[in-house]
Amino acid sequence: MIRIDSVTKRYPDGTVAVDRLSLEIPDRSITVLVGPSGCGKTTTLRMINRMVEPTEGTITLDGVDIMKQPVNTLRRSMGYVIQNAGLFQHRTIIDNIATVPRMLGWGKDKARARAGELMERVGLDSALAKRYPYQLSGGQQQRVGVARALAADPPVLLMDEPFSAVDPIVRKGLQDELLRIQEELGKTIVFVTHDIDEAVKLGTMVAVMRTGGHLAQFAPPAELLTDPADAFVEDFLGADRGIRRLSFFPSAGLELLTAPIVAVDATAEQIAARATGDAPYLLVTDLDGKPLGWAEPGELTAGEIRQDQLLACGRPFVAGKESLRAALDCAVLSPTGWAVAVDGEGRAAGVVSQQTIGEAIRGAHAERRADGKTDGKKDSRDSKGSKKDGTTEKAAR
Amino acid sequence: MSELFDMPSDLQHSYLGLVMLHLREALLPVLFGLLVALPLAQLCVRLRWLYPPVLWITTVLYAIPSLAFFVILIDYTGQSELTVMIPLGVYSLVVLVPAIVDAVRSVPQETLAAATAMGFGPVRRYVQVQLPIAAPAIIAGLRVASVSSISLVSVGMLIGNQGALGNLLNSGMIYNQERLIWLSVVGTAVLAILVDAALIGVRILLTPWMPRGTRKNTPTLTAKAAAR
Ligand SMILES: Nc1ncnc2c1ncn2[C@@H]1O[C@H](COP(=O)(O)OP(=O)(O)OP(=O)(O)O)[C@@H](O)[C@H]1O
Ligand SMILES: [Mg+2]
Repeated sequence: MIRIDSVTKRYPDGTVAVDRLSLEIPDRSITVLVGPSGCGKTTTLRMINRMVEPTEGTITLDGVDIMKQPVNTLRRSMGYVIQNAGLFQHRTIIDNIATVPRMLGWGKDKARARAGELMERVGLDSALAKRYPYQLSGGQQQRVGVARALAADPPVLLMDEPFSAVDPIVRKGLQDELLRIQEELGKTIVFVTHDIDEAVKLGTMVAVMRTGGHLAQFAPPAELLTDPADAFVEDFLGADRGIRRLSFFPSAGLELLTAPIVAVDATAEQIAARATGDAPYLLVTDLDGKPLGWAEPGELTAGEIRQDQLLACGRPFVAGKESLRAALDCAVLSPTGWAVAVDGEGRAAGVVSQQTIGEAIRGAHAERRADGKTDGKKDSRDSKGSKKDGTTEKAAR
Repeated sequence: MSELFDMPSDLQHSYLGLVMLHLREALLPVLFGLLVALPLAQLCVRLRWLYPPVLWITTVLYAIPSLAFFVILIDYTGQSELTVMIPLGVYSLVVLVPAIVDAVRSVPQETLAAATAMGFGPVRRYVQVQLPIAAPAIIAGLRVASVSSISLVSVGMLIGNQGALGNLLNSGMIYNQERLIWLSVVGTAVLAILVDAALIGVRILLTPWMPRGTRKNTPTLTAKAAAR
């Protein structure tokens, strides 16, 4: 465990970048430092590997004061990833990744074999091994940065806005990849970002910092969204905090209607039987059960259902796997106001109205409140548990 | 044919001998300048306040005419090659120091931070990261310094027989022989072009990692591509 104990950093010009910060960074999880520009995130991160030395306070790693270890040994036990990757432009990709193992005295072949392994792990084609950094895209360079940091299998990974210089789609890919790698390797990761969405997506614990280097709140993301400590945190979380919070509510409990679903080859009797009045529309599926679109029961003639007659059903959500946020999003985007739920194979599992989703949300809130009343601590642990669902759900998007 | 390259006996060298002397007198000072400039530049990068005075001193030294250097040096080093080479070495600093300082400073901050974070000590970081990345800009400085040194060697004729191709030019004028003048001028120019080309070659060998756009027109690369 990394323990930051009332640490202050005052730069020579008098700037107080970090002010009596105390944090306990749990092992084998992602702790995110988030906050506005200049609030001392980078300074905090760099104090952990001693690129910046604290003015006051102590930082311990597994109980040992980091000032008591040789600085370069400490640094080689911590991977470090930065914005724009900071690759060595004069070395090939494979040699970039092999840097730390080589410094640790590994033989050339062993280090390169290890580097090759890591390229695969971070999703880089082995054909890129002999290239130089300028021949890679920004997203690929960032992957190399991550691979290089992981090369000597350090227990700790420090990441300073590693994904902020790439476009949103690439960033999402890199985030998903990081979560996957973390699941496999279980590193202790300290991740700096100024993007609250990234913090909520990646963090097991999130530390919100405010200008002047103060800690505003340290909590799991679900708790942060439910219970911001003060107006600053609430403001920082943004106006759609309520919607974002829905990511942490599973859609498993939603009551799905299966009655208003007909196959494209349905007979007149089947159509009539399905038009029970539970829903104003019928969902038409293909012969495999995959949703095609919506239609009013009166518009459907047996044997003559054509796709171009149907109202598009938009993106469905995966029942049980995705969150209430995804379900609500589908319902809001659907022209009929009804969301389509599918199973893992993409076959229609049921339909659900905005109203039903709204009731489920109210129910989930009430449940959380009741939990919170009986045991405040438990709430945070619960949300940590449900966090897994949240991330896989978001990964599935 | 051999008559074309016949030299007046007072020059004490064959044409090839003069060329080799010229090359030595021009390039040894640049090499010496590089050896001085590298640590000096690193010092200027580390201690920012040192850079302006160092730059100022190299500029003032460059402004001193070589004749003045010769007058002072001749008491110590006599009419030797060394007397010619010392001022040339000093002159090369005016190009090399700023070239190296700029080159080292232009290494991206992230790269340096990444190196430090990986546990590079200062010396290892300088040798394995800063210097290789700065190499192309340093070589660009060396090209300017070498070519200017090649043209400056000729002033060595002021202290007797140390001007190499410069002395040949002088003889040409004294004996009123156009052939010698041409041999001197063309020889100097060809030498400068060849040395420049050699340095470009060195840079290409040292920097396979540079984006192609910046070295598109080099014959070596086209040849390599053709060989594939
Ligand atoms: N070397 C330094 N000397 C003086 N002040 C510094 C130095 N480095 C950072 N600061 C100041 O310390 C404060 C915190 O800087 P820091 O880089 O830690 O912020 P940050 O949270 O990482 O910001 P950003 O999101 O913009 O990267 C800022 O006010 C900054 O100006
Ligand atoms: Mg920063």
